[in-house]
Amino acid sequence: MAGETLPIVGQTTAPAGGGTLEDIAEEVVRFPGGGIALLRTDALFHWAQKSSMWPLTFGLACCAIEMMATFAGRYDLDRFGMILRPTPRQSDLMIIAGTVTIKMAPRIRTLYDQMAHPKWVISMGSCANSGDHYRNVYSVVPGVDHVIPVDIYVAGCPPTPEALLEGVFALQRKVMEGNRAGA
Amino acid sequence: MPAPEVVAALRTRFSATPFALGVELPATELLTALRALRDAHGYRYYVLGTGTERETAFEVLHAVRNLESGDTLFVKVAVPKDAPEVDSIAFVYAGAEWQEREIWDLFGVGFKAHPDLRRILMPDDYPGHPLRKSFAMDTPWGYRPAPAPEDAS
Repeated sequence: MAGETLPIVGQTTAPAGGGTLEDIAEEVVRFPGGGIALLRTDALFHWAQKSSMWPLTFGLACCAIEMMATFAGRYDLDRFGMILRPTPRQSDLMIIAGTVTIKMAPRIRTLYDQMAHPKWVISMGSCANSGDHYRNVYSVVPGVDHVIPVDIYVAGCPPTPEALLEGVFALQRKVMEGNRAGA
Repeated sequence: MPAPEVVAALRTRFSATPFALGVELPATELLTALRALRDAHGYRYYVLGTGTERETAFEVLHAVRNLESGDTLFVKVAVPKDAPEVDSIAFVYAGAEWQEREIWDLFGVGFKAHPDLRRILMPDDYPGHPLRKSFAMDTPWGYRPAPAPEDAS
């Protein structure tokens, strides 16, 4: 398998850096019938983490509709190794899609705490980013970053599936660089 | 428009003041009038209950419907601001129970003899009743959870 690329399934061009083994390996020694890749383990782990990011979806409002569209056939986040999980125990990415009310905020915190490390958070849409036009409303948290640390903010009201995809790619680049808001 | 004969019957029996959608009643006659509407006039279906804050008083509004004639009648009762409490109608119309909890939650109007008067929308420890005009809307409700524990990466 020497020198053979390891493409992300279904993806023609790697959107986030490091789509192939050679992108992350410092040296690939090829000889007939096999090969040796020299690389740092954290690069390998980051590459694995960003290639199989399992999201815990947290649909709170109309953004969840766009998130469902992103996971459905036309945009198909499965291509990037993302499989929806119904439980925080199996997830490493939390997509907050919608308005965060103060009654929901402790639940978000609980579910975030139940996720295993390493974990990331995408805040999807203006309401989750800042509260947006509900910012000063009596029942709304002005941004989910009051409750949990956020890695990527996706703007839009609601964001298109393309915008959420771009947010996922940005997060994948961030994971490859080893940066996390959750720390 | 409510049925004119029902409004007329309420006016003869109670001190009801008609308005466009129904009648306004004094708080003391609310329960008997709603019982009469339900049992004698066939308004057996509770549509909605809501509250309003006016200059001088709160208003509690109950809408009931006669499913045979399709007629909907609103019953309005004024609740004084210094003692915001009114009779619960949850024993006449079971559907009013949660609606009264909502009015209590958002306006702070109490309901006498309500079976389970708790907040229904806001958290139990929420300060105040947010749809009152005295509620400070210009102050953002700052949710500040406990600081996150330091995690080893």
